[in-house]
Order: sequence, then structure tokens, then C-alpha cells
Amino acid sequence: MSEDATLSHSAEHASEPHTHGHHHPFLQHHFEDMGQQHEASTLGMWFFVAQEILFFGGIFCAYFIYREMYPEAWKAGSHHQNWQIGAANTIVLIGSSLTMALAVWGAQQAKRKFTTLMLILTLVLGGIFVGVKGYEYAEHIHEGLFPGSMFTFVQQDAPHLTPGVHLFMTFYFVMTGLHALHMIIGAGLLLWFIKRTWRGDFGPEYYSPVEIMGLYWHFVDIVWIFLFPLLYLV
Amino acid sequence: MQDHENYSGHTAPHHAAPLGMYFAVFAALMVLTVITVWVSRIDLGAMNTAVAMAIAIVKATVVILWFMHVIHSPRMTWIVVISSFLWLAVMFVFFFSDYLTRGWNIY
Amino acid sequence: MTSTTIDDAPFIEPSTRERRNYLNDEYGVLSWLLTRDHKRIALLYLFSVTTFFIVGGIIAFMMRLELLTPEGDMFTSDTYNKLFTLHGVVMIFFFLIPAIPAVMGNFILPIMLGAKDLAFPKLNLLSWYIYMIGGTFGIIVIITGGVDTGWTFYTPFSTQYSNTKVFATTLGAFITGFSSILTGLNFLVTIHRMRAPGLTWYRLPLFVWSMYGTSVIIMLATPVLAITLVMLMVERVLRVGIFDPALGGDPVLYQHMFWFYSHPAVYIMVLPAMAVISECVAAFTRKKIFGYKFVAFSSLAIAFLSFLVWAHHLFVAGISIYSALIFSFLSMFVAVPSAIKVFNWTATMYKASVSWQTPMLYVMGFIGLFTIGGVTGLFLAALGVDVHVHDSYFVVAHFHYVMVGGTIMAYMAGIHYWWPKITGRMYPEWWGRLSALLVFVGFNLTFFPQFLVGYVGMPRRYHAYAPEFQVLNVLSTAGATVLAVGYLLPIIYLTWSVKFGRKAGANPWGAVGLEWATTSPPPKENFHETPVVTWEAYDYPAFLKAMKETQDV
Repeated sequence: MSEDATLSHSAEHASEPHTHGHHHPFLQHHFEDMGQQHEASTLGMWFFVAQEILFFGGIFCAYFIYREMYPEAWKAGSHHQNWQIGAANTIVLIGSSLTMALAVWGAQQAKRKFTTLMLILTLVLGGIFVGVKGYEYAEHIHEGLFPGSMFTFVQQDAPHLTPGVHLFMTFYFVMTGLHALHMIIGAGLLLWFIKRTWRGDFGPEYYSPVEIMGLYWHFVDIVWIFLFPLLYLV
Repeated sequence: MQDHENYSGHTAPHHAAPLGMYFAVFAALMVLTVITVWVSRIDLGAMNTAVAMAIAIVKATVVILWFMHVIHSPRMTWIVVISSFLWLAVMFVFFFSDYLTRGWNIY
Repeated sequence: MTSTTIDDAPFIEPSTRERRNYLNDEYGVLSWLLTRDHKRIALLYLFSVTTFFIVGGIIAFMMRLELLTPEGDMFTSDTYNKLFTLHGVVMIFFFLIPAIPAVMGNFILPIMLGAKDLAFPKLNLLSWYIYMIGGTFGIIVIITGGVDTGWTFYTPFSTQYSNTKVFATTLGAFITGFSSILTGLNFLVTIHRMRAPGLTWYRLPLFVWSMYGTSVIIMLATPVLAITLVMLMVERVLRVGIFDPALGGDPVLYQHMFWFYSHPAVYIMVLPAMAVISECVAAFTRKKIFGYKFVAFSSLAIAFLSFLVWAHHLFVAGISIYSALIFSFLSMFVAVPSAIKVFNWTATMYKASVSWQTPMLYVMGFIGLFTIGGVTGLFLAALGVDVHVHDSYFVVAHFHYVMVGGTIMAYMAGIHYWWPKITGRMYPEWWGRLSALLVFVGFNLTFFPQFLVGYVGMPRRYHAYAPEFQVLNVLSTAGATVLAVGYLLPIIYLTWSVKFGRKAGANPWGAVGLEWATTSPPPKENFHETPVVTWEAYDYPAFLKAMKETQDV
């Protein structure tokens, strides 16, 4: 995400085609040209996504190990999740991925209004997702399923599974919590991008910030694609 | 390794993908989500997890290739994506090599 | 060739003495604290890591004072537990992991590539601030009572039973990890996308190859530490049982996840050291490194193999014996690429005309001591031996040989080697040589006895020991005193040299590399014109010819 040039200059020139010798207002001084800057920022975001894959991957691995150790408790824990809500939320999130991808498409073609709309839709859909998760969390807390000292739940039909259910719920909250945190950070970034898009910063010469925002958002979507069946559909 | 890896200077590359592609991908993801839920209601025993993960992997692949444009991306992007999943596979394989063999008899 | 300073030939010196450089380009505290210049950021790191090194060193010295006598008479066992924990945390997270990459990598890597800066200069500055925030947590912990779990934070002691500042420490380590990740990311993108025209992969200095390997490890391993520490913090705060056996958790899972990062982490510490050694060997033998491609690919091999061995830290923790056998074999195998490097450096020196400046003395120290450390690692990789010496001073000696005898020696070599480039001044050579000698003697006196006491049974992390171990412990403490002097002297004379040292030209060592093709200190944008590389790696005649041609134009 590059530094801002002066407002009026950038708004006028950013979406114009590149003319020989004309220095793009968003070209950072240590790069040769916009192409190199684009390639560098895209590659940089991919490396960041790679380390995020390892970050989430670690807790997924721990999840699978305990799932192998406590299959019954994992099943019982999963039954406390409302799969219909989970499925609906999955659709919402994949929808937000669509609007995000369309926003990248629009930014590349300097379609300022279309792109802004798509980004707003992404933000709204993401907000719905987080809101629904908040509702789910409130329900779980109400049922005494929040891990730690607030955990008052007892698995009535199989009391011996209660500690395993506790462990499952711990993984549930940590995994979906980290996921939601990433979405909230993404939402903050989206707000900033909505502002920049409306200002007319992006065009065929310079749209990599939107593209890398898209990469981040799609990655967060992919994490959920795995979380949904693992937590809701055991 | 070729010299084109060394950045030699050119302006912004590719043209935008056709709009229809994004909607087709979205439709595919919706179908796969429905399948995931439907299959989970059927009891396949130990295969449930495998099938659910297989479908999730297909969904993730679709997102990566088309929404994230990897299918049109340079070779380096492919290397980064594949390597990170490879490393994850190393973690899973070696962790489970301990957990699954703990119960085995030594002699 | 063997004079105390090598002055460059006139044609390498710019014809008009360049006055403006990155140091005097702008003045004021904010011009440093808000800089985007990778060279200034490197110096910010130099200042911070040196401070943490001194803190960690003082703690070590306190431990060695306690160990002069067999009884635990200086500190209580609880206090001693805090000392060794903090020594480990400070030295590993706040010194060894950042040191060579963030100081030398930051300064030299872009210049070696012919670039104006790293790919993401602002991210680079952010890295430093994140590191400082994490480090601040460390300092706060030290001041407010410390932490006693060992730098490894093994559960369930760290999560359920310890009454010390576990959360704050792990949070500090977690935060600092991001600094590391961002630096690695920056290096990878810069190496891939910002090389100067003509700089193909096989023309790159071996420093770049090793920093590349380091960055790969950083990107793939550090996030696993991050998630492990998150889980640890959750367990501590919420009192859940992710790793607590009483609540269904597995403490060995914590160890698996912790060491999945922490083993590759030691290669994050040693690969950059090897990077420096390659450069210094080439420079002070004035030869192309023997087996360039072998050394280059060994960096990548180390990056890969380092991820396959972590459970050798868990041999006696209760993992399955089949798993242990696999890890034991792989741990032997990981020594091979490191050995390849040692063989190639040695082969480079064969029949070469070697100059024995301070950096080269540290290089020789590295090669010998790293070999000893590495070989004792093979002892530990053998299951049967490990059962015997696990948690003894043998292990302590092993890792200090590779981390101090290895990494810190290379760090000192690099500091001295690139000092003229960074500051435009030469350090006083005889003081440099004296310090190198003191470090070498002090180091061996400190740590060799530890192999001996460890092998016959002295356990680590204890403030008291059996009386028969006293003589060797006294020798070890004596060595630590010498070592401390050896480290203190450079801090003094290097600081002195900034103002009073002999002015250095662009290429005081007559070495090959783009960093020697620009002035000392370099201008803010590193080069006045983007260089075009026409010479192979370490090709002395071609490089010097190219330099002459640049001057003659």
C-alpha cells in the first residue's frame, strides 16, 4: 500500500494511460517503474499469505490431532454449532469474495463507481458475517460453552465427554476468533480502500493495492472454507 | 535460471479477466458448499472427514486459481503457494508420525 | 596484502571526494526515527541489538558467578530459574534472531543487489518499531520480576503453575516474531525483483543466497511460533487445557509446535552467519569461493532440511520411538549441507594468499568452533547418546559452540568487515586482533569445560551442583570473564573509530561486490547510477576492470 501523492495531481492523472517520460504519481522512488512496483507488491502479499497459511495451519494441525484422540467429544462439540447458520454465513463470505474479486476487476479498468460499490458490498457482507458470528458467540456463552471458568455446560447424554467438548469449544473460539480478527482488520483496510477508490487513485497503471487487498480477503475466505466443515459438520 | 527473473523494466502487465469467469467461479463454490452440507448428513464413517476435506480443497483451489488470479500469475507465485502447502503437509505428516505410532509395540 | 590497512588503488576512489552520504544527508532525531533508508534502519537495529546483547550478557555473567560454587548460595533457585530464562529469551529473540539479518542484511543486501533500497522501506521501519515494542515487553518483564519457565515455556508449568510474568514474555516474543517475518518478506521480494541489470542468480554473492535461505525459514517457521504462543497465552489466561494433561491436553503437542519453529530458528541464526563467512573468505583469500554452486544450494538445502528435524528436542519427552528413529536419521542428515560449506571454505583457502585482518581471524574461529558445535550436534542426534546427555551441560556447550562460537563470531567478522563501508572509517586493526584473540580464548575456556561436566552428569538449569564439578565450573567462569572483555573492547574501539578512525576509501579490502563499488559511507540512494553487472561472482580481475572503466568514463 503505497504512500499518497498530493491529492489533486493524483486524482487527475492516476487513471490516465502511461505516457513516455511521465512519472506516475504513485511510483515509489526506489522502483524503476510501475510494472516493477506492481510485481514487487503482489509477490510481497503472496509471501505474507504464505506465512498466514502456516499460522492457521498450526492450529489446524493441533485440531486434527485432538480430533483423532477424542472423536466422540469432537462430534458432540460440533453438534452444538448451528450448521444452518454456518452454511448461510459461508454463502455470505463467499459472496463477499465475489464482490472483492469484482472490485479488483473494476479497479484495473478505472471503473471508479463500480469498484467503490463492490468494495462497499464486500464490507457489508463481511460485516454481516462478523455480526452473525457475534450472535453465535453470544448464544454459546449463554449456554455455558465459553471455555475457561465460564464453562458451566455438561454433556447430559454423555457426561464423560464434557472435558473433550470443553477442548473442542476452546479450538472453536480460538480458530473462529482469529479468523474474525483477520476479517475485522480486513474491514478496516476496506474502509481505507473505499476512500482511495472514490478519490480516483486506481487505473490500469496502478491497481495493485486493490489486488493485494483481494489476495488477503480471499485468503481469509479460504480459511473459513476449511473451518466450516471442520467445526460445524463433524 | 533465466534472466527474465531479473526485473528488466516494463509497464503494468495483464488485461482483466472476463467478467463471466467470476460468476462461474461463484456458482461452482455455491454448488460445492451445498454438496459439502449434503454429504455431511450421510454417515460414511471415517470417510466423512476425508470427503469434506477433499471438497474444501477443491473450493480452495478454485478460489486460488481464479479469484486470486494464480492461473495467470508468474511462476514465482505458484512456487510460493505450493511451497506453503507443502510445508503444511510436512507438519501434518511428521506430527502424525508420532501420534499414530505411539501405541505400536516396540518389538 | 598483509599491511594493517589495505588502501584501495586510486582508480577506485571517486575523483572528487564525495561529501554527502546517508549519514550526513539529514540531521535530527526524527530524521533517524522516521527514516525509510535501509542503512539508517540497520544502524537503529545495531544500537538495539547491542543493548540487548549487553543485557543478556550481564545475566549470563550473574549465572556464572553463582556457578563458581557448588552450593546455591548467591541466588535462590527461583531467582536462578528467572536468570537462565531471561538470558535465553533476550539472547535468542532480541539478539541472535535479528542480529545479522537486521543489521547486516538490511544495510548490505540492497547495495549488493544494486538496488536503491529494500522493496518495502516503510515496512522495514515498521519492523524495527515492532521489534522495539516486543523488546520493551522483555525489559518490562525483567524489571517487574522476571519469568522462570525457561525460554522454551514448556507446559503445563508455564500455563498452569508458574507465578511469573509468562503472559507478558510470550506476548513480547509473539510481537517480535512479526518484526522477523516482515524483514524476511522484504528480503525475499527484494532478491527476486530488484536485482541490478546483469545480476543473474549465479552471479549473486553467496551472502544473498544464504540470506534467501534464512528468509524462507523465517516466513515458514515464525508463524508457527506465533500460533503456538497464542495458544499458550489463551491457556494461561482462560485456564483451559489445550496443553494440560489434567484437562485432556497433551504437553508434548506444545513441544512439537514450539520446536517446529525453534529448530529452524537456529538455522535463522546460523545461515546469516554462514553468509558473512562466505563473503569474508572470498575477500581475504582474494579468490572465488570453491564450489560456488554447492555453497549456494547448500543454503537452500539447509532451509528445507531444517524443518524436518525438530523432534530431536523431544527424544525423551515421550514421543513414539518410531518417530524418534526417523528424526534421529534426519538430524544426522541435516549436518551434510553445513559440512559442505565448511569443506568449500577450507578448499578456498587452500593455496590462497590469506590476509589475516580481524574479520579473517573471526572467520577462522567460526570454522573451527562451528565444526565442533556441529559435530557435537551429531552426538545429540544419536538417540542413545541423547538419552544420556539430554538436559545436561553437554547440550548447553553444544548450542553455545554453534550460537556463540558460530553466529556471534561471524557477527563480529561482519561488523569489522563492513565497518569501513558503514562508517567510512577503519577500526584500529591491532585492537581488533587482540579482541578476536580474547574472544576465542575466552570462549573456549568458558564452554569446553561444559562439555566435560555435562558428559559426566552435571544437569543444566540448576543453580547448585555436585562438588566434584567445581574446578571445571571455575574455569568456565574465568573464561566468561575473558570473553566479556573480548566483547567489551570492540564496543569501545568501534565507537571511538567513528570519530577518530582512519578514513576508508570505497574498497579498503580490495574485495569483489557491488557494495565495494560505491563510496564509504554510501550515498543515500546507494549508487549515483544503477550499476550494470558484467562480472561473475567473486571474479576479481573482471570486477576491478569494470571499476576502472567506470572511473575512466
